[in-house]
Amino acid sequence: MTLAGLIVVPLAGALLTALVGRRVPLARAVALVSALGTAGLAAAAWSEYAQTGERMAFDIPMIGAGAFFRLAADGLALPLVALTAVLGVMAVLTGWNAERAGGHLALLLGLEAAVMGVFLAADLVLFYVAWEAVLIPMFFLIGGWGHENRRYAAMKFFIYTFAGSALMLVGLVLLILWSGGTAIVDTPGALAGSEHLVFWLLAAGFLVKVPVVPLHTWLPDAHVEAPTAGSIMLAGVLLKMGGYGMMRLCAPYTPGAMADAAWVLAVLGVAGIVYGAVMALGQSDLKRLVAYSSVAHMGFVVLGISAGSELGYQGAMLGMVSHGLVAGLLFFLVGALYDRAHTREMAAFGGLGRTMPRWATVFVFASLASLGLPGLSGFPGEFAAVVSSFGTFGWPIVVAGVGVVLAGAYTLRAVRAVVHGEPAGSAGIEGVDAHGATHDLAGSAHGPAWPDLDLREYLVAVPLVVLIVALGLWPRLVTDIASATLQALAFLSGTVS
Amino acid sequence: MMPLWLVVVAPVAIAVLIAGAGSRPVRFTRWLAAAGPVLALWAGMERLLAGHGESAASTAGSLSAEWLVTAVGPLGIGLAADALASVMLVVVGVVATMVVVFSTGYMADDPAQPRYFALISAFSAAMTGLVLSTSLLGLFVFWELVGACSYLLIGFWFTRPSAARAAVKAFLVTRVGDVGLLFALAVLWSQTGTVSIEGALAAAAGLGTGLATTVALLLFLGAVGKSAQFPLHIWLPDAMEGPTPVSALIHAATMVAAGVFLVARMWPVFEASPTAQLVVLVIGCITALGAAIAAVPQTDIKRVLAYSTISQLGFMFAALGSGAWIAAIFHLTTHAAFKALLFLASGSVIHGSGTQDLREMGGLGRVMPVTTATWVIGVAALAGLPPLAGFFSKDGVLDAVWVHAPAAGVVLFIASALTAFYSFRATRLAFGGTWRGQGHAHESPLSMTAPLVVLATLAAALGAATWWFAEALGGHGHLALPIAIASSVVAAGGAALGWSAYGAGPATDDALAARLGALWGSARSGFGVDAAVVAFAGAAERASAAASSVLDGTVVDGVVHGVVKVARWAGRELNSLQSGEGQLYAALVGAGAVLLASLALWLGR
Repeated sequence: MTLAGLIVVPLAGALLTALVGRRVPLARAVALVSALGTAGLAAAAWSEYAQTGERMAFDIPMIGAGAFFRLAADGLALPLVALTAVLGVMAVLTGWNAERAGGHLALLLGLEAAVMGVFLAADLVLFYVAWEAVLIPMFFLIGGWGHENRRYAAMKFFIYTFAGSALMLVGLVLLILWSGGTAIVDTPGALAGSEHLVFWLLAAGFLVKVPVVPLHTWLPDAHVEAPTAGSIMLAGVLLKMGGYGMMRLCAPYTPGAMADAAWVLAVLGVAGIVYGAVMALGQSDLKRLVAYSSVAHMGFVVLGISAGSELGYQGAMLGMVSHGLVAGLLFFLVGALYDRAHTREMAAFGGLGRTMPRWATVFVFASLASLGLPGLSGFPGEFAAVVSSFGTFGWPIVVAGVGVVLAGAYTLRAVRAVVHGEPAGSAGIEGVDAHGATHDLAGSAHGPAWPDLDLREYLVAVPLVVLIVALGLWPRLVTDIASATLQALAFLSGTVS
Repeated sequence: MMPLWLVVVAPVAIAVLIAGAGSRPVRFTRWLAAAGPVLALWAGMERLLAGHGESAASTAGSLSAEWLVTAVGPLGIGLAADALASVMLVVVGVVATMVVVFSTGYMADDPAQPRYFALISAFSAAMTGLVLSTSLLGLFVFWELVGACSYLLIGFWFTRPSAARAAVKAFLVTRVGDVGLLFALAVLWSQTGTVSIEGALAAAAGLGTGLATTVALLLFLGAVGKSAQFPLHIWLPDAMEGPTPVSALIHAATMVAAGVFLVARMWPVFEASPTAQLVVLVIGCITALGAAIAAVPQTDIKRVLAYSTISQLGFMFAALGSGAWIAAIFHLTTHAAFKALLFLASGSVIHGSGTQDLREMGGLGRVMPVTTATWVIGVAALAGLPPLAGFFSKDGVLDAVWVHAPAAGVVLFIASALTAFYSFRATRLAFGGTWRGQGHAHESPLSMTAPLVVLATLAAALGAATWWFAEALGGHGHLALPIAIASSVVAAGGAALGWSAYGAGPATDDALAARLGALWGSARSGFGVDAAVVAFAGAAERASAAASSVLDGTVVDGVVHGVVKVARWAGRELNSLQSGEGQLYAALVGAGAVLLASLALWLGR
């Protein structure tokens, strides 16, 4: 029941929120309660699985149709379910003050329900339906609450993912035909047809979603135009569907083809790491920069998957959870800044460390997490991905090291432009202090007086900060729950190291 | 025995407390920043005294955990203190304690004191974690964390564009080296299935020369970045944008010495590779001499000390490259004392005179007696004049290098002469002659002069510990008399020349510049290495900005838009589907779902 609740509660919440949409305070309350309820259910599912270690399942026998609404949760799904639940709450809090808040919050909850469906589906048909259902609320969030260029971005997002899903659909049909059923099982037998064909058709859909270079250009546009809460869900959760699909379907159903394609995945992963970083370095729009950094981070996830080993899968899982938290926090912060300044151009800012110290502190923290600083959540995943793929592929992986340095470059460049320096538009009141060094002596803000983070914004930021630190210090928070499932996957992949 | 986790965890908790308590109680909370260093000093001393004469690890109070678990084996982390770690704990503890005390005076008027002292406390946690780590993974974690603290402290006065720029530069240049360390870990894990230092060292002999060389050079790349060795030394002079006590702690005594510590820690890997040892020796010598030359024409007192630090670290690497890791660690220890002293004294000078330009100083000897006396002890130790600490430790370095490779020995003797020369040039310019600056210079308060006196005592007397020190680390101390005499003569000559040549004040610079021509200017700008790297990095950044619009904007999106045009054309042709992509999409989703559902029905018969 818990598993069904994870889909039903946000879905019911979405419908209720939409129904009471005109009465904004009530709509907000309903949305928040459903998001929190979903998070509670996720916690319950987590603790149950942690205790029993057995795959949780839920079936409704549908009339004459075998079972279509089949759900299951294991170590691969639960970390992402938990991530979705956490970010669902954060998204609701972020979309709190949106125009037409009822509709906005309803779409966010609908999105959450659909994503839960993807992660929990134990049936290929349900998987596909949920996969496509995710696009609908996202499309309307971008189209209805986006920025200037939203029509172009929404359409681009649609065309890319449509092209990917169309191929994936063919792959799923073949998979159903050749595996002899729609149920998703852990250890399927050999397919009755070409593994390679199925693998590449499925991978087409998954890799667009991740996204890998060169299938990624929908991502920056979609992010820049999406409302902040949409960006949090898009980067935090939707991209994970690609990595999840690779591990849920490709790894067990087409292990041979996946092993043959491992080097292609590694090339795509490293390409994403370097290309995403180079692009991020060239941006002047802060949100675009964060969007490109997502391409780089997801490159590490693909790299971990390509390694095909237990450590590699752990790296991919850690990378996905961490990116959800860190990119979620960064998009939230950029959005909070945009709400105040109505621009995202880095050149328009400067000296926010002086004028908005609390925002700046969290932004510096998130930036350090984003560049993979050990002790914060980005590091364990990157580390495991690099080390494991080095074990599989050897020296070519050194190219990813370029991305590691560039990650420092683009993140700290953003910090320097936005947080450091004199407050933008200030008269630059300078003084000479006792040490002979000139620096700004006036402690007060001059320049545009934007308010610092408020209580609601703290409620979004602080839990994410805590989780980023916890996961960075002790990655086994995630890998312990995932390890049995990931070990089985690695065993299927044929490499254990 | 003091539990080691406490030494690491306590200063983190204190950092959170100081930052959280804010500005109002900072007059009191800032003193808490000294707690972590004092604990480190205590833990290190009690272990050294208990284990005197042994090099075996004292495992009391150690800690280990499995950070990630795989079927192959765990990736472990842990803390333990052997003699080497205990020595480093004492070094970090003493210097950090003195720096905190000094900072209560130096930073007293800064509005951002909570951030400052919190970061100092966090740094001391990370630095002690680094030296105590039992796994290379844990070491790497703390290695990056000290780098992050360094970044945040160099950029402490972040409204200054130069400070913000220097902070980023320091982080990125050292990160190039860190990637080396990361891949050293990758090689070790894939070859030996462990990331523990003990396991790696045990496996070192069996790695084969080729692989040992690879691992050693990757480790050394990390050391080159962190310890500012040629050609990654360029971040350190700029790092002087940070508050001066930070320079003393992080950029002179502890963090920049981490590279030396790393090589010493991983010594068996280097021992298995003569090639790697040769590389370490050559880089050390190039850096020692090059930076000593570059220190001569500097006019900023902190930049003199920065280049001096780079040069002295080069001495340590030369010793490592000659197989004398104990000599290198002893020089690290004495250098920590006298260079921290010199930086803090320069801070006192900057505080008292209002300038850090040597040309605007002069005559400070009369108005700043304590600072002057301690500074002179510091430069004499740096120059290697007997019987100060630097004399003994440099003798160990010179002896080892001379025996191992006489040509390298000659290079270091020249560097020694230059060290004495630039030290006494700076001394004469700052403290000799008459006041050339504006306003009135004054002596610093007790909170600043007391740490100077403590460190000066150590800089003067640590030489007496030569024998005890070597035995604690499992070696044998001795004084190589011929080398000692030769180096004393060289140091005294350089010092005398530096002192007498600058009797005329800054005018001597002009005279030397006129005589040496381009060499003077070139040395002053660090031989253009910095400019070249910065130009390269700038070009790379511009290229990526250009690439981002061309590649994603034109090439990739061009293809996409082309596909869309084809699709639109097809859509027009297939008149029935042109009503709008939204409906088309929904229809296709529906069709797909129906298709799959019928499949399910059929299959589930």
